[in-house]
Amino acid sequence: MTALDGRIDYDVIAGWVSPGARVLDLGCGDGALLRHLKDSRGASGYGVEIDIERVISCMRNGINVLQIDLEKGLYDFVDQSFDLVIISNALQTLHRTEKLLTEMLRVGREAVVSFPNFAFWKHRMAIMDGHMPVSDRLPYQWYDTPNVRFFTIADFEALCDKLGIEVRERLVLDDAGQPVTDEPNFLGSFALYRLGGGAGGSRG
Amino acid sequence: MANELSIPEDSVGIVSPLCARFDTPLTLKSGAVLPGFELMYETYGELNAARSNAVLVCPALSGHHHAAGVYADAPKNTGWWDNLIGPGKPLDTRKFFVISVNNLGGCHGSTGPMSINPESGKPWGADFPVVTVEDWVAAQSLLADRLGIDCWAAIIGGSLGGMQAMAWTIHLPARVRHALVIASAPKLTAQNIAFNEVARQAIITDPDFHGGHFYEHNTLPRRGLRLARMLGHITYQSDDLMAEKFGRRLREGGRKFSFEVEFEVESYLRYQGDKFAGSFDANTYLLATRALDYFDPAHDAGGDLAAAFAPATADYLLVSFSTDWRFAPSRSREIVDALMRKGRNVSYAEIESSAGHDSFLLDDPHYHAVLRAYFDNITV
Repeated sequence: MTALDGRIDYDVIAGWVSPGARVLDLGCGDGALLRHLKDSRGASGYGVEIDIERVISCMRNGINVLQIDLEKGLYDFVDQSFDLVIISNALQTLHRTEKLLTEMLRVGREAVVSFPNFAFWKHRMAIMDGHMPVSDRLPYQWYDTPNVRFFTIADFEALCDKLGIEVRERLVLDDAGQPVTDEPNFLGSFALYRLGGGAGGSRG
Repeated sequence: MANELSIPEDSVGIVSPLCARFDTPLTLKSGAVLPGFELMYETYGELNAARSNAVLVCPALSGHHHAAGVYADAPKNTGWWDNLIGPGKPLDTRKFFVISVNNLGGCHGSTGPMSINPESGKPWGADFPVVTVEDWVAAQSLLADRLGIDCWAAIIGGSLGGMQAMAWTIHLPARVRHALVIASAPKLTAQNIAFNEVARQAIITDPDFHGGHFYEHNTLPRRGLRLARMLGHITYQSDDLMAEKFGRRLREGGRKFSFEVEFEVESYLRYQGDKFAGSFDANTYLLATRALDYFDPAHDAGGDLAAAFAPATADYLLVSFSTDWRFAPSRSREIVDALMRKGRNVSYAEIESSAGHDSFLLDDPHYHAVLRAYFDNITV
């Protein structure tokens, strides 16, 4: 969630955005990612954010932002109305994981999901030491974390498999922001996915 | 500075109402023709050389042209949206040239039921033609022509005012760059119309209404207008706010076992009703509630709100309030969804507020921060 991590994250995502794409960014924070995609890829679209202070920040950043509670789903959004639906470092803060992933691929032709890997070796060591992990990627104490879902790269891919979601691209980063190829679920602290397909709910 | 009048630094200060007279006939949506008309308006700030910084403020049901500042001869008569408009305020008059109007059919100086019908030489009264939101927009556009404003930087309105802002973007898309639609709805529900109908019946069945020609009888349908306003006030506030403001408190002592004013909330409603009945025209109230009932841009587009917005090119800000049950947040979401379907730039904020529909007139910090951020990003 630090600025540096954010930028690495954003460049990877920008690489997956085709020029002029229509993008929906769920949990868009202050709109920095959308701003980046707008400036670097000519993307257009909307951010969705629940926190009013961040909504105001988005408006200051000149980003289209909709103050909507994602826990209530994306029912208002039309099938296949976006090229890309992104949830960047926010899936772990929402309860209805399966519903949201399915909805993302109903509304968008592709989805991008990024999240901190709870099975990163430093996180595992923290547990071995008897404590919940606190790191650059998980910068919260157990009693003040906004995260409500705790999952790993292996867990996420199993869920994609269950939901019939196709992993089209994956990039795993270590805590220095370098790509990890070997043992990603052990050596990687952060994962980014480009997803497609899926059951797609009531796709028309 | 006029410090002797203790006008705050962020006030637009002393203002004067202006009147624009139009002598060309205006054909209304109903087919009726007004031979000519006058519009009252006020302006705050300065129009820039490029004429690109003009903002139109559209009034709600009981609103009028006096939106900001005070009058020299009435220093306590502050404009109805003074907390929004002024130097350094969210709608900053150092950047924008703001125009506020009293609509056609109004009772604050614009041509309306109290004006003289040139054909009869008597006040129009109930014979004043029914006006629609679109008619108001047409009249406002003639005022814009007169003032040399080809394109508004923004049009802002709450409730019925928001409907005017939407109508501008649909019917005169080239003339508005941004629309700020607050606590509004794409059309009234049956419940909304029902409330309006009860208010109208209160007025129409008042024996002093005289079929709308009460001016000739030197009287006012005071009781009807008072009831209409009391009903309106209940719907503009939330249950929570009424509980907070009045609860079940009695005015004095215990129960009197009577039907006099005993509960605080009764006293409040009677005060609001009396104040309104003494200052507002009953025929204007009927017209404005009918304009609300009729507003339905989707109706002309086969019931499809997104299709109704097809001609629009403006960017939009929608704002709703959590406890507004007259025009609930879900009503604003309908507008947001339609605009998204058309790929329009739109932002939406749902402000936590206990004050119900009336929240749009208050200065909640988050609400005003949203408006400030949006206005700050408008280029002029």
